[in-house]
Amino acid sequence: MNSVETKDVHLYYGDFHALKGITMAMKKNQVTAFIGPSGCGKSTYLRCFNRMNDLIDGVKIEGDILIDGVDIYKTNIQVDDLRKHVGMVFQKPNPFPKSIFENVAYGLRVNGTKDKAFIEERVERSLKQAALWDEVKDKLKKSAFELSGGQQQRLCIARALAIEPSVLLMDEPTSALDPLSTAKTEELIHQLKENYTIVIVTHNMQQAGRVSDYTAFFYLGELVEYAKTKTLFTNPKDQRTQNYITGRFG
Amino acid sequence: MKRYFHNLGEKLIEGLITISGTVTSITVLLIVFFLFKEGLGIFSQSPVAEGSVIAVHQNNPVKELKAAEVKEIFDQNITNWKEVGGPNAPIKLFSIDDITDYYTEEQIGANFEHLPQRLNELVAQEPNMLAFFPEEYLAKDFKGHRIELANVSLGDFLLGRQWYPTIQPAVQLGVLSLILGTLWVSLGAILIALPLGLASAIYLAEIANPKVRNILKPVIELLAGIPSVVYGFFGLVVIVPLIQDVFGLPVGETALAGSIVLGIMALPTIISVSEDAMRTTPRAMKEASLALGANKWQTIYKVIIPYSISGISTAAILGIGRAIGETMAVLMVTGNASVIPHTFLEPVRTIPATIAAELGEAPQGGIHYQALFALGCILFLMTLAINLTVDFVSAKKKENR
Repeated sequence: MNSVETKDVHLYYGDFHALKGITMAMKKNQVTAFIGPSGCGKSTYLRCFNRMNDLIDGVKIEGDILIDGVDIYKTNIQVDDLRKHVGMVFQKPNPFPKSIFENVAYGLRVNGTKDKAFIEERVERSLKQAALWDEVKDKLKKSAFELSGGQQQRLCIARALAIEPSVLLMDEPTSALDPLSTAKTEELIHQLKENYTIVIVTHNMQQAGRVSDYTAFFYLGELVEYAKTKTLFTNPKDQRTQNYITGRFG
Repeated sequence: MKRYFHNLGEKLIEGLITISGTVTSITVLLIVFFLFKEGLGIFSQSPVAEGSVIAVHQNNPVKELKAAEVKEIFDQNITNWKEVGGPNAPIKLFSIDDITDYYTEEQIGANFEHLPQRLNELVAQEPNMLAFFPEEYLAKDFKGHRIELANVSLGDFLLGRQWYPTIQPAVQLGVLSLILGTLWVSLGAILIALPLGLASAIYLAEIANPKVRNILKPVIELLAGIPSVVYGFFGLVVIVPLIQDVFGLPVGETALAGSIVLGIMALPTIISVSEDAMRTTPRAMKEASLALGANKWQTIYKVIIPYSISGISTAAILGIGRAIGETMAVLMVTGNASVIPHTFLEPVRTIPATIAAELGEAPQGGIHYQALFALGCILFLMTLAINLTVDFVSAKKKENR
């Protein structure tokens, strides 16, 4: 079953044609990785799924993007509701200047949840899912800035999980982390796919190979090749994919 | 050779910068020193009006009075010597104009040549008299006792409610009403300017489209460059009559008028500084909030304002600083009555307005002159406290990052 599906998506930054007719579908409860050189449009494409590109002036999007069968660019879609459904983890850890607890509870609070017990239970569960609970359970009231970079990123994952999205977008989530934290995060992605559809953008091909079930290779705004990860890395059909994964450019 | 000149030029510039820095610092310190030197003189001067004598019979046990007591006596609120530590006898007031009640013009002399002698006799005759006359008529062999007025104490100065710096026979130098007037007007100004300024800053930083912002921000900053006398004139012509009409007051020159004018003057600082602070909120933080399903308003008040709160506080404090020190505009619209304000619809008098209005009339070195400098010291300490608060708040800001 497809969780995210796009048909002939074009995106323009002013005059610049950043995405050129991308059609693909991402399966439910699978990890899909987007790889490609810098500026190939993979992050831009990812940010279409929760309409983060709306924040940038002069962006024009054409084509259909369906999440769980709903066209998210239809006029009757409430963008805040969409974003509760499609969570996102960013490149750099970006906790709020609040306590650890309040960071995780933020999504619930802005949704209007007032029930204290419910919030506490959900925060604990999210932190456990993000494999952070044991490290922070005694200092939930402390500022999130006191955590290490890797812990902050897992906090951001917990924060995204707290509102129970069905799709989790990850935009190079480990690029600012050390190898140990990266390994922890990757392990986490493995566990999370049971409950979530995960789309991850990465610069690191080994990472794509380790964590993903499917991989898409983007080049100059085009989707060059999309296949099972194993197939793409061992037997690429397109010459450009072959060149990229063997390290000839990028 | 070329290299040599190059080095020489560098040394020269370095020297010039060092000298100008040193000279500026020394000048600033000298100004502060001058201010305090003049201002502190008030505590070692007697508050008797310049060139006057206050005298009693030589057997009167009262040797010293306070300035406030003298005023009470001459206002006839104190009428018995026992109220100021003397015998139980009514106080008989005498001032130089009353001399004709006691003596004929012949006895005084056509050119007042016998006046000192007559005053001497009079004070000697009347045991319950409190006499007040110019020093030039003090007889050489004066038999009465000259009353010494206690020097103004810091407590009397700061907490005294009466500000009559030129009243006869004893000047009243209580500045409480002026301090409260200043704080009152500034408080009103900040209550007006902070919500408006914050709203404008949020609009400019987060809502306005960049084109609008690029026009509006410079225009708002331009407001800071308008001379304060123009604001005062605007207040006098527009705001004062408006307040008079709206509240049905006999006069529109009130603390409220001052607060509104100062509020408008503080707005550019508050808007500009807090907008800059809000714009330093990292994009990633705003995106994180939006990605969790928060709408624009939730993002503004739950993420952007908490993140930039120290910048916003700095803006507010700088705004207060501007309001406290402002002179001209306030002088023009507040009515300048030195009474302790109870509502915003009464006239008040602020410290800077007092200094500006009175310094020209105060004889140099006199107690009034020194009192005005002491007021300047108080104002200096107030703004210093504000600046230190700004430093403290912005230091805290860096810590939080």
